[in-house]
Amino acid sequence: MTENDLRRLLARVKEGTLSRRGFVKRMAAVGFTAPMATQLLAITGAAPAAAQSVPEYKPTRRGGGGALKILYWQAATLLNPHFAVGTTNQEASRVFYEPLAGWAADGTLYPILAAEIPSVENRGLAEDGRSVTWKLKRGVKWHDGQDFSADDVVFNWEYARNPAVAGVSIGSYRDVNVVKVDDYTVRVEFQKPTPFWADAFVASRGLIIPKHLFKDYAGSNARDAPTNLRPVGTGAYRYVSFAPGDMLRAELNPNYHRENRPYFDTLEIKGGGDAVSAARAVLQTGDFDYAWNLAVEDEILKRLEAAGRGKVNIVEGGGIEFIQLNATDPNQEVDGERASIRTEHPAFRDPAVRQAMSYLVDRNALEQFIYGRGGPATANFLNNPPRFRSTNMRWEFSIQKANEVLDAAGWARGRDGIRAKNGTRLKFVFQTSVNAPRQRTQAIVKQAAQRAGIDIELKSVTASVFFSADVANPDTYTKFFADMQMYTTTMPQADPQLFMNQYVSWEISSKANNWQGRNIVRWRNEEYDRVYREAEGELDPVKRAALFIRMNDLIVGSNHVIPLVKRPTVSGSLNNLRHILSGWDNTHWLLSDWYRET
Amino acid sequence: MFQYLIRRLLIAIPSLLGISVILFTVLALAPGDPFEELATNPAIPPEVRANLRASLGMDDPIHLRYVAWLTSMLRGEWGFSFVSRIPVDQLILQRLPTTIIVIGASQVLALAIAMPVGVYAATRPYSLFDKVANTLAFVGFSLPTFFTGLLLIMLFSIQLGWLPFVFRTDIEATGWRWWWEMFRQSIMPIMVLGLFQGAAWTRFVRSAVLDVIRLDHVTTARSKGLPESVITLKHVVRNAMIPVVTLVALQMPVVFGGAIVTEQIFRVPGIGSLLISAILANDTPVIMAVTFVFATLVIFFNLLADILYGWLDPRISYR
Amino acid sequence: MAGSTLASATVSAIPAAAPRVGPWREAWRRFRKHRLAVLSAVILGLLVLAVLIGPLVWQVPIDEIDFSARLQGPSWEHPLGTDDLGQDLLARILYGGRISLAVGFAAMAVAIFVGVLVGAVAGMAGGKVDTALMWLTDLFLSLPELPLLLLIIYLFRDTLTGLVGLELGVFILIVSVIGGFRWMPVARLVRAQFFSLREKEFVEAARALGASRPRLVMRHILPNALGPVIVAASIDVAAAIIAESTLSFLGLGFPPDVPTWGRLLFDAKDNLDFAPHWALFPGAAIFLTVLSINFIGDGLRDALDPRRIISA
Repeated sequence: MTENDLRRLLARVKEGTLSRRGFVKRMAAVGFTAPMATQLLAITGAAPAAAQSVPEYKPTRRGGGGALKILYWQAATLLNPHFAVGTTNQEASRVFYEPLAGWAADGTLYPILAAEIPSVENRGLAEDGRSVTWKLKRGVKWHDGQDFSADDVVFNWEYARNPAVAGVSIGSYRDVNVVKVDDYTVRVEFQKPTPFWADAFVASRGLIIPKHLFKDYAGSNARDAPTNLRPVGTGAYRYVSFAPGDMLRAELNPNYHRENRPYFDTLEIKGGGDAVSAARAVLQTGDFDYAWNLAVEDEILKRLEAAGRGKVNIVEGGGIEFIQLNATDPNQEVDGERASIRTEHPAFRDPAVRQAMSYLVDRNALEQFIYGRGGPATANFLNNPPRFRSTNMRWEFSIQKANEVLDAAGWARGRDGIRAKNGTRLKFVFQTSVNAPRQRTQAIVKQAAQRAGIDIELKSVTASVFFSADVANPDTYTKFFADMQMYTTTMPQADPQLFMNQYVSWEISSKANNWQGRNIVRWRNEEYDRVYREAEGELDPVKRAALFIRMNDLIVGSNHVIPLVKRPTVSGSLNNLRHILSGWDNTHWLLSDWYRET
Repeated sequence: MFQYLIRRLLIAIPSLLGISVILFTVLALAPGDPFEELATNPAIPPEVRANLRASLGMDDPIHLRYVAWLTSMLRGEWGFSFVSRIPVDQLILQRLPTTIIVIGASQVLALAIAMPVGVYAATRPYSLFDKVANTLAFVGFSLPTFFTGLLLIMLFSIQLGWLPFVFRTDIEATGWRWWWEMFRQSIMPIMVLGLFQGAAWTRFVRSAVLDVIRLDHVTTARSKGLPESVITLKHVVRNAMIPVVTLVALQMPVVFGGAIVTEQIFRVPGIGSLLISAILANDTPVIMAVTFVFATLVIFFNLLADILYGWLDPRISYR
Repeated sequence: MAGSTLASATVSAIPAAAPRVGPWREAWRRFRKHRLAVLSAVILGLLVLAVLIGPLVWQVPIDEIDFSARLQGPSWEHPLGTDDLGQDLLARILYGGRISLAVGFAAMAVAIFVGVLVGAVAGMAGGKVDTALMWLTDLFLSLPELPLLLLIIYLFRDTLTGLVGLELGVFILIVSVIGGFRWMPVARLVRAQFFSLREKEFVEAARALGASRPRLVMRHILPNALGPVIVAASIDVAAAIIAESTLSFLGLGFPPDVPTWGRLLFDAKDNLDFAPHWALFPGAAIFLTVLSINFIGDGLRDALDPRRIISA
């Protein structure tokens, strides 16, 4: 589908000769299902398609469903969404708190506390892309009986953007301005035209906490708020008890604002343990209804599924497991800085070596024997939503081709079988975090490299160190004092703008910025920088998508980044549990609609 | 004796302070921070992480942080968990009962196995009983708890379906049913820990009893025609208790500290799992509080052991 | 209490010169009579031999990945089966055994040496020295292992591996870390024994006869305190082999592709119901080692026990 085709379709929607649903269907047919389908319509002046993205809710009355038991092998430690370091805490908060809208699995917005999704048509979106106006649902009550209103929404903006609160959601709120229009309307204003407007008050960083209970704790005393541990929200279940790091219990909220919901009378979320035994507790013994994030080798999951009690759910998102080839030299110090941007990696500066490394990664084997359904092989760094997926990239596993490339480039084998050129030996340190599938992947890459005359020393760093922001530690992934490293990066929104900034030159991680920059591979490319800047201000969604695809092709084409497998979220549930999952939002994003089929 | 006790107690204070300084330094210097999960999330700007570190005081010089910790500790404030943002003492108190019940029971079980088996095996060295007991003990401590735990789960929870393997602190039952459920869910963790500990202790008890069983006063007692059981209990066991008391005293603080691996396998919300998650998240206030209490218990129980030595063997003098 | 002097006389004969039947020969004679201990020594010898020579005989590479032979049970091609990457378990167990056994023994030696030294000095000296050493012991008992380990890796790994090379550097680190965390019980046990023994008649007698302090310790007290030490030593070998596997999960241990026994066991645990052989063989290897070391310990103990009248 070309840009022109798309424009014609959009025009037809505006004229009314094509229904909005029909439009989304056609887009889906050509791989455009993304949230962008909706956004396309919204921005070009057509209202969003009615969300058909959520399956029908069958129960005809509230309650009566007994207990819903969920197992998390990492445990929640607090219940304030603005302090939710990590997914488990977000999930636990999501039981009680709700955002204005959430992301459904197909990337469309689904209204929760909003009366409707803003669009140009309903005058929610400004044509210049500088503001969005949310209409709030009326009659929503907090669990303590108080009314929910625009004041609460505005308060959340003030709370989250305050550095003294030290919340983690600050990034979504500090650059916007929020205005109360009336009791049930708020307007979010942007400093510049913003193609992706659905960030503040949406999904995991948009959970709304009650003003009347938090207003006295909206500064440096934020952590003293009793409600941090005894949440009062608007959600389908209300608080019963919470033991940090262990168990969270909730019960049906009889005044929930959506009819006939929820189905279950009580809810419990147990935390702790490990992923394999969590899978066992659902799939093998059926002690629990749902187990979150089963980071387990697929082989094991399949065998557990054979018990016939439960099934494994795979939900696509934007997560990607990939290898980085350092663009700078980790073994050379310039002014006391290792891997300084003023150095070049002695081996990886040769495109032939990078090409060879790419040939040496057997992505097929990774998919087939390690990740299974939890990790389909991919040639792209940017895979989802589908409209941003490049079709230009290919991958191939061939030790022979790797050898040929290296031979042609003059890397000759030494007596020990290791290739060298001008005194530089192909001997790399390959680091990653401690994690069984990653160690397996390391072994597979190492063996293939060996056959191409490349010696790889494996190193695994415990995750809490590897992923820390500790400036003093040399083993963190942002320092990348190794030749190669591997990890997963996630994409929390159905939009790639934040995701793709990890290769722009001003984000290069270095001593000057305390290794806080997001460009960890330290790759520089003028075209990439230019294209990224262009995409930031591009309101035309079609052009914008093309720009992101170009960025993907640039970084993947350089082979400094070798995408391995996509990482959809994998969970387990009993066969009779009807849940609604989404790769773009929390597991519990629509917990109100879960029920059990009898 | 009394004077000795007073002196030791007085010495305990500076030694605790010294230990706390070292603990604090180790924790402050140890790499990592509590924001692992924020790291790979592109929506969280790096400066947010830097701010968080600063707001938790993680970038202040160590000595300032130590003084701050010590002064609040002296006022009875245990500090706030970085991760949960609630007072540390609440976190610990929440988990203390479970830990004491499960770990305490396992230690009692270990002792209940080790004492009789060890003593009986030593009175009949190289008998069939001794050989079987020894071999079982070897199996006991050559298999790590992560493995035996899993074996028990496979057998009793998955194959037979008799016992639950997810520990719950809030059983929805009262009276007898509550006790029964509690028993069912505790038995596997208690067995795993108790058997592992018991196996090692059995070996020590056996060895200690063998050491005294042929001592002269035992031979004398035997020649006086005292019944064998009296000899064993009065003359042998008491004299063999010194190593056992030492080991038990070493193990007692663990009843507070919990058992990390076993708690993890069975999802027992004890202090051990609190400590490990705190360590993995670099939640320094929690680690500091738990290890400091642990250190206090170590000192206390070792002191207790020293005093018990004198009771067990009156010839030991305190200098 | 005439027997006490007898005991000390025999004991004093152990380390060095004695008339007629040499004490070592006497001990050896006693040890030989302990059939289980002799058998265990043979088994342990075979194990050591197997891991030393085995990889030369069984020349399958330890990291040869073969996806067509995953999780296979024992067969002629793979006598102990394969793991989930189709790697040959026999080759891995043989290779990993070198490291596991070396780590087990070396770490045990460190723990026992430090423990006996600290315990003996504290138990003999008493007073201020005792207080100081017990403070050190208490400190080590209270230190949380994990953060300390991370700190040690961070402080020393690069320096050490730079100095002596990767493998040896890691080995030294692991042995000192495991040993460094296991000497405290030994120290307290030895000290307690010393408290009790130093007041015993035979020690008094030796002291009255003008024995020097070192002589008193080496010849009279220490040999009598060895019982718990031998037990602790035999338990520590097992503990060290297992502890090594946990260390590699902190990034402290050997690189993740080195198949030590503890690590094999850990990797195998999730597949226990589908591929029990994977866990069985490394588990059995650890068990055999522990078993034989313990019986040898028993034999040694009996052989060195001055009061033991051979009947077995």
